[in-house]
Amino acid sequence: MAMVEPRSTKYRVLASHLGMLGFIVIILFPLLMVISISFRSGNFASGSLLPENPSLEHWYLAFGIPYTGEDGTVTQPPFPVLLWLWNSIKIAVVSAVLILALSTTSAYAFARMRFAGKGFVLKSMLIFQMFPPVLSLVALYALFDKIGNHVSWLGLNTHGAVIVASLGGMALHIWTIKGYFDSIDRSLEEAAIVDGATTWQAFRYILLPLSVPILVVVFILAFIMTIMEYPMASVLLVDTDKLTLAVGAQQYLYEQNYLWGDFAAAAVLSGLPITLIFLYCQKWIVGGLTAGGVKG
Amino acid sequence: MTRMILKWGALAALVGMALYLILALYAQQEFVFAMLFLVLTASAVFVFVNKKLYAHRYIFPAVAGMGLFVIFPLMYTVGIGFTNYSASNLLSFERVQENLLDRTYQSDSVRYNYELYDTDAGYVIYLEGEHQDLVSAPLALDGSDSSAPVLPASGKPAGEPLAIRDIIQLRSELSQLELLTEDGRELSMASLRAFAAINDQFTLHDNGSITDNQTDVTYFPDHDTGFYRSADGQTLSPGWTVNIGWDNYLKVVSDPSIRGPFFEIFVWTLSFAVATVVFTLALGLLLANLLQWDQIRGKGFYRTMLILPYAVPAFISILVFKGLFNQNFGEINLVLEGLFGIRPDWFSDPALARTMILIVNTWLGYPYMMLLTMGLLQAIPRDLYEASVMDGAGPVNNLFNITLPLIIKPLMPLLIASFAFNFNNFVLIALLTGGAPDIIGASTPAGTTDLLVSYTYRIAFQDSGQNFGLAAAIATAIFLVVGALSLINLKLSKVKV
Repeated sequence: MAMVEPRSTKYRVLASHLGMLGFIVIILFPLLMVISISFRSGNFASGSLLPENPSLEHWYLAFGIPYTGEDGTVTQPPFPVLLWLWNSIKIAVVSAVLILALSTTSAYAFARMRFAGKGFVLKSMLIFQMFPPVLSLVALYALFDKIGNHVSWLGLNTHGAVIVASLGGMALHIWTIKGYFDSIDRSLEEAAIVDGATTWQAFRYILLPLSVPILVVVFILAFIMTIMEYPMASVLLVDTDKLTLAVGAQQYLYEQNYLWGDFAAAAVLSGLPITLIFLYCQKWIVGGLTAGGVKG
Repeated sequence: MTRMILKWGALAALVGMALYLILALYAQQEFVFAMLFLVLTASAVFVFVNKKLYAHRYIFPAVAGMGLFVIFPLMYTVGIGFTNYSASNLLSFERVQENLLDRTYQSDSVRYNYELYDTDAGYVIYLEGEHQDLVSAPLALDGSDSSAPVLPASGKPAGEPLAIRDIIQLRSELSQLELLTEDGRELSMASLRAFAAINDQFTLHDNGSITDNQTDVTYFPDHDTGFYRSADGQTLSPGWTVNIGWDNYLKVVSDPSIRGPFFEIFVWTLSFAVATVVFTLALGLLLANLLQWDQIRGKGFYRTMLILPYAVPAFISILVFKGLFNQNFGEINLVLEGLFGIRPDWFSDPALARTMILIVNTWLGYPYMMLLTMGLLQAIPRDLYEASVMDGAGPVNNLFNITLPLIIKPLMPLLIASFAFNFNNFVLIALLTGGAPDIIGASTPAGTTDLLVSYTYRIAFQDSGQNFGLAAAIATAIFLVVGALSLINLKLSKVKV
């Protein structure tokens, strides 16, 4: 629109800036509020955005350190936040590694090989991926209950079950990686194979190094999705020290036991790393997301 | 050579483990699960042994994973929808029968008052019967002996019996004790003063019916309802799981205390999903348009700021909003009260609760739409806008006559996917309202803000009845809707394979 500039453009630009800044203020309000709440003393106190009596009480508790108040009372940490965070990270890293390994090899076959039923399998994967796992929870619960009777690390209330269950959501990642493989010229590998490389060597030494960017994106996506997974973990995990952050964080806000301040500190502590990773990788993640899935 | 041995050795080990699991499941009469693993193992061996299926080796783990964790649970769920599987009908018929036959009761006809003597050798129990008195050998009563024989007594042991307060202290040890008489009866503590004989509660007959020895009522197994039932209609708990055909589906359609809430939740689920897509798209498109504008400086800053709601983990932002909207000390109500003097009751008024959910979900979802439309707007040729401005069109005209028609086609599949996602947006409801406030007059746990998924989840996992059958029936109905949506989606997006 550079050629056509009515006189009112200046005001429109100004209005746009003001509008967007105003909107950003609204967007930031909840986030700033949580940070502010985490520094307020007490769990029910209300106050201004800048805490009037700043206190590190909730932060001590979030890090699992008992806090001694000014009047000498000692508060014990209500929940093992760091343990939950560790559980979440452990589950997410193991799942992401497994998902990456399995979906890369399948995507390679789908992108480069010709075999019976390829189109059918790919399309059905896409369709089945739309079914919400929440609805099959009864079946999944029964499945892990039965397996757990014989394979103890895959039973109910184990992290193994959550990790294995997260592998069910792999179709999305296969599609993303396959799309990237499709964009790489296959003559490179063909040349290598003509020179005597096996199919596996062509994949391992030529295609994989060229695909590092998408592999990183899929790893981060799988990691974030597993960390945020709620329904499956909430049914499969029972003991307090087994919970993931997504399931555990909820326990701060029961109506009878509303630990608003403690929740805020725990939320900032655990949410900040994921947020920063996301913002840092946003360009690539956005590309990966639009190729495959949906959130919100 | 060693590679070969390693390869076949690993395969053999895996198959061995799988066969063990299959046999164990089969032995426990879990036929469906044994079958599942048998099919998985067989196809694994088939794929890895057959040279022609080399390419399939690469995709096998992924396909097997989908089969195990997506397709099998889906089919199993549909199957459960036709049964009465629930907290009261959890076990198989055989297990229910075992459970009932294991039950015992204490008969009042064979009852002994007793006295406890503390002798040098240990505690001696002296039972006074109507016809015969019995006495036990000295016992330690420290939990080590669980059963002890009693013999006819010639006379009371020497010394004074223990007082009642000493017996109370030994109560838990005494209650674990079983006394065996010479004619094969088992006696156990019936009260602080008495021991009584233990009898089997039920006797099994050849025709499968069982008789309650205490009341002499005979119960017949009713394989239509999954309960033992007496002639006058009384049933025994627990029941077992049976196939009940379309009953669960009929219940949803015909029972007014289920049909009403179900219909209300269905309508709300649809409107929620549509409204979310419309709101997030409108907001996202508006912001994308602004960010697209050449005259705006600092695009990088705006973009990063506007993407923030998407970057914060959803389970944290949803809980943050749960706190901010709190009626009594939530910051939103503090601000509203300060400005307008009102304190809306966000969680107990249905309309307000729904409004809150839409506000929160728009906050969570608009960045995704913004990112999508930003990409699509790039592809529209600039000269179209310049031409239309020449002709005197304003931004609104441009939006509706150029931008929307051009991006709606590539956007459609993504909008349908977003609709399907929000149709099933369980996490939002579970963490924000939990479905509250409840629908009045519903016989299942149904809330005015429940989506179909969270409604199903609550019937299955939160209601005391844990009605898995009904939940699975509703889940099957949702599967059909989602399946239709994803087929339409596949057609619209013209996926090339």
